[in-house]
Amino acid sequence: MIEIHNIHKSFGDAPILKGVTCTFETGKCNLVLGGSGTGKSVLLKCIVGLLKPDIGSITFDGTVFTNNKIEIRQEIRKQIGMLFQASALFDSMNVFENVEFPLRMLTPDMSRAERRDRVEFCLKRVGLEAAGNKMPSELSGGMKKRVGIARAIAPNCTYLFCDEPNSGLDPLTSIKIDELIYEITHEYNITTVIITHDMNSVVEIGDHIVYLHKGQKLWDGTKDEILNAQVPELKEFIFSSSLVRAAKRIEMEGGSLEEIRQEPSKDI
Amino acid sequence: MVKVFGQFLLFLQSMLVRTERVKVIWNRTLDEAVLIGIDSIFIVSIVSAFIGAVTCVQIAYNLINPLIPKSTIGYMVREMTILELAPTITSIVLAGKVGSSIAGGLGTMRITEQIDALEVMGINSSNYLVLPRILGSIITFPLLVILAMVLSILGGYLAGTLSGAMTAQEYVEGIRDTFIPYNIVFALIKSVVFAFLVSAISAYRGYFTEGGALEVGASSTTAVTHSIIAILIGDFVLAYTLL
Ligand SMILES: Nc1ncnc2c1ncn2[C@@H]1O[C@H](COP(=O)(O)OP(=O)(O)O)[C@@H](O)[C@H]1O
Ligand SMILES: [Mg+2]
Repeated sequence: MIEIHNIHKSFGDAPILKGVTCTFETGKCNLVLGGSGTGKSVLLKCIVGLLKPDIGSITFDGTVFTNNKIEIRQEIRKQIGMLFQASALFDSMNVFENVEFPLRMLTPDMSRAERRDRVEFCLKRVGLEAAGNKMPSELSGGMKKRVGIARAIAPNCTYLFCDEPNSGLDPLTSIKIDELIYEITHEYNITTVIITHDMNSVVEIGDHIVYLHKGQKLWDGTKDEILNAQVPELKEFIFSSSLVRAAKRIEMEGGSLEEIRQEPSKDI
Repeated sequence: MVKVFGQFLLFLQSMLVRTERVKVIWNRTLDEAVLIGIDSIFIVSIVSAFIGAVTCVQIAYNLINPLIPKSTIGYMVREMTILELAPTITSIVLAGKVGSSIAGGLGTMRITEQIDALEVMGINSSNYLVLPRILGSIITFPLLVILAMVLSILGGYLAGTLSGAMTAQEYVEGIRDTFIPYNIVFALIKSVVFAFLVSAISAYRGYFTEGGALEVGASSTTAVTHSIIAILIGDFVLAYTLL
């Protein structure tokens, strides 16, 4: 469980985060939902330590991360996997080397064969066992995300952070990436935090949702509760999606979402 | 200005605290050195051979006094290339080539969040990315400068003998006249200092790029201009203190 307590962050005199308090639960897909420019990425960067919050604390399973000793912070960092918005694959390395990289750097006592097995396992898990020799520039957006996920989970991460994992992807690929993250989270009991503004993801994989608006948390709850949330800003946000409006209508008429949704096929 | 310089020093310091394993850094350094070397051999060779040739022809053109022996041409070509032309011109050429590639490479890694990805893994990104580039440059620049010296003198030889300005024997005589080994040492010291300046300044510019592709281009350009200015100032300071 990750506990965020009263995080404030400003750039110059522009306050971006104004006291965010929330928790992200273990073994669940925790979504941070909000419009563009509300500070979602800034919050995520504060959590993983790329930015230092001005005020507030972040605790990973009881261990304080903010302002703690560098050794303890490093220990926590080694358990963090992150999928970046544009995947951030190292473009001088091929897919295999990208996934192998955190293992080489973080677990120097792992043998070459063990590393290869682990990389192959991770690539297989994301459905890319045949792409090991490809360079990042040869991959499609969806494949890059998959490699990013494989790289994040390679060192057996406890915490997985994803910054808009389906930005720039078509709806079907988006769903598949979402499902992959969802399955991995539940399979390995990872504490996953996903930043999104995509209502599809909310409906599909939102175990726990935190709604962020202008640097403040206005609501949190599950995907079943969100359609009935009474916060005006959140209502405006979610019902700007015509799909959600349709879903709501079906629900009110006594139907169920599952009837209109087809299972997507499993291949890439 | 003072603030930028302070930031620059902090950047260099951040590179040295919390370092990765020596083996990792050393392997990266060798990779960078090979990359910088192979990338630059061609342009350095062309530039230095022509500079040697032009220097020789121009000295010969100016040397009209019959009392001065022709071997002086060889002597002057040697002195000019070893002391100034080979180390300084080579470094300026490398500032364009290596400096822009360091700044562009790191700038791209910054804006595509590759640097953030390293940091999230708990890797000291400046140590992992920048230190090897600086060390790689410090290894490669002196080697390229030695190559430049040899090729300049060779270029002078070819230009001088082919144009009939002097005989091969006169040129070689001049080359061997009152040779001061310290000049070579001085040139190598210069090349090491310039290597540091070019790579550190360019890395600094690239590492702190903000924005998008346009800013990466801008970082490369400033990296090159600042490196060249630093080389010229450094050249003056070194000549003043060490000669
Ligand atoms: N490093 C930074 N320096 C200054 N302002 C920043 C920085 N990072 C983000 N911001 C500002 O913070 C606000 C929130 O950004 P961000 O968290 O990226 O939004 P989003 O919710 O879309 O991810 C934006 O207005 C952005 O301009
Ligand atoms: Mg964002």
